[in-house]
Amino acid sequence: MDIKGLLIILLSAAFINNYVLSRFLGICPFLGVSKKLDSATGMSLAVIFVMLIATAVTWPIQMYLLVPNHLEYLQTIVFILVIAALVQLVEIVLKRYIPALHKSLGVYLPLITTNCAVLGVTILNIDSGYDFLQSMVNSLGSGLGFFLAMVMFSGVRSTLEGSDIPKSFKGLPITLIAAAITSLSFLGFGGVIENLFA
Amino acid sequence: MNTLQNFSKGLIKENPVLVLVLGTCPTLATSTSVSGALGMGAAATVVLLCSNIVISALRKVIPDKVRIPCYIVLIAGFVTMVQMLVKAFAPALDETLGIYLPLIVVNCIILGRAEMFANKNKVFDSAVDALGMGAGFTLALTLMATIREVFGNGTFFGISIPILSDNHISILTMAPGGFFVFGLLIAAVNKWGKHKPKKKDFGCEGCPNADSCSQKSCEAVNQEVTA
Repeated sequence: MDIKGLLIILLSAAFINNYVLSRFLGICPFLGVSKKLDSATGMSLAVIFVMLIATAVTWPIQMYLLVPNHLEYLQTIVFILVIAALVQLVEIVLKRYIPALHKSLGVYLPLITTNCAVLGVTILNIDSGYDFLQSMVNSLGSGLGFFLAMVMFSGVRSTLEGSDIPKSFKGLPITLIAAAITSLSFLGFGGVIENLFA
Repeated sequence: MNTLQNFSKGLIKENPVLVLVLGTCPTLATSTSVSGALGMGAAATVVLLCSNIVISALRKVIPDKVRIPCYIVLIAGFVTMVQMLVKAFAPALDETLGIYLPLIVVNCIILGRAEMFANKNKVFDSAVDALGMGAGFTLALTLMATIREVFGNGTFFGISIPILSDNHISILTMAPGGFFVFGLLIAAVNKWGKHKPKKKDFGCEGCPNADSCSQKSCEAVNQEVTA
């Protein structure tokens, strides 16, 4: 088992190739639900949860169903359907058996179906040629990166709230400018992870 | 509403990117070069056109309760077709767009137009609407890509521009530049746009999926956000 390799995958998915801030996946929830810390946390926990489950299901489907039957071109259709069905299923199961978790994550689950970060991570796992364990680690790292970006950004936005902003920048524009600066800070991680284990 | 108005509303008045703020992910990600932006715009327009026509034609056949899954399957089918065509005839574009090509499936604009327009209107009107929205998407993407490529890379369409290519601001082609330019463009629209921005903020109310993804959840999130 290559722990070092897995750690590199985990950390680079979370920091260097951060899904929101450098790959631009999942911008909608990033801008929409990051206003308050609680909702940012709830949303990102739901994303981590769905990403892990989606990877655990789509990876075997790709490797044991699509590839042996030469149906790789169906990847997009199959993945989006599986994710959509899965999210519904998870919601029903949570509601029935773990109502406490459903209460905190439930409201965010339907919003995740059409979240490009989830579909993105499942496709990227296949494209990068990861094995099952690496895929799961990559999904976890991506989810954690999303969590980090959301939590950091909700802090930034709460500071923005009281500040005096030019009229035409109020609302979305200033949020995007703040996102640019947050994203700038993540550029600093480039090259750090590889050298960490050298 | 006549055909021309139907077409032109997507370009300026209801521009999907700059006014409705939909499809932000591909906008930010593929606007680093003008050629990539045009390719993305064209691919999304083709998918939007096909899905709008088919969904409009099938609007009386698809049961209301399962319409969203039906739309997603149709859209995913067209995306797969476009993906295969691009891979076969424009491998360079496939390389540039990468993961964002299959991700057209989850582009809000396409599902949004299906939900807001195609399932209520005739086939021809839906096709015109799709062309207008697709053109508006491409226009906004190209505008952003022009700014980012000219100032960030000193080139336009890969051709280098004399003075700018020696003094380029490379940060504009990187991730932060995308957010920054997009923010500036929306601020410009707010400033010079004819009508006041309807949306003060970004939330579920702007998302066309809000009705379909079970609005209760959106409302709950919004309440939590505004509370």
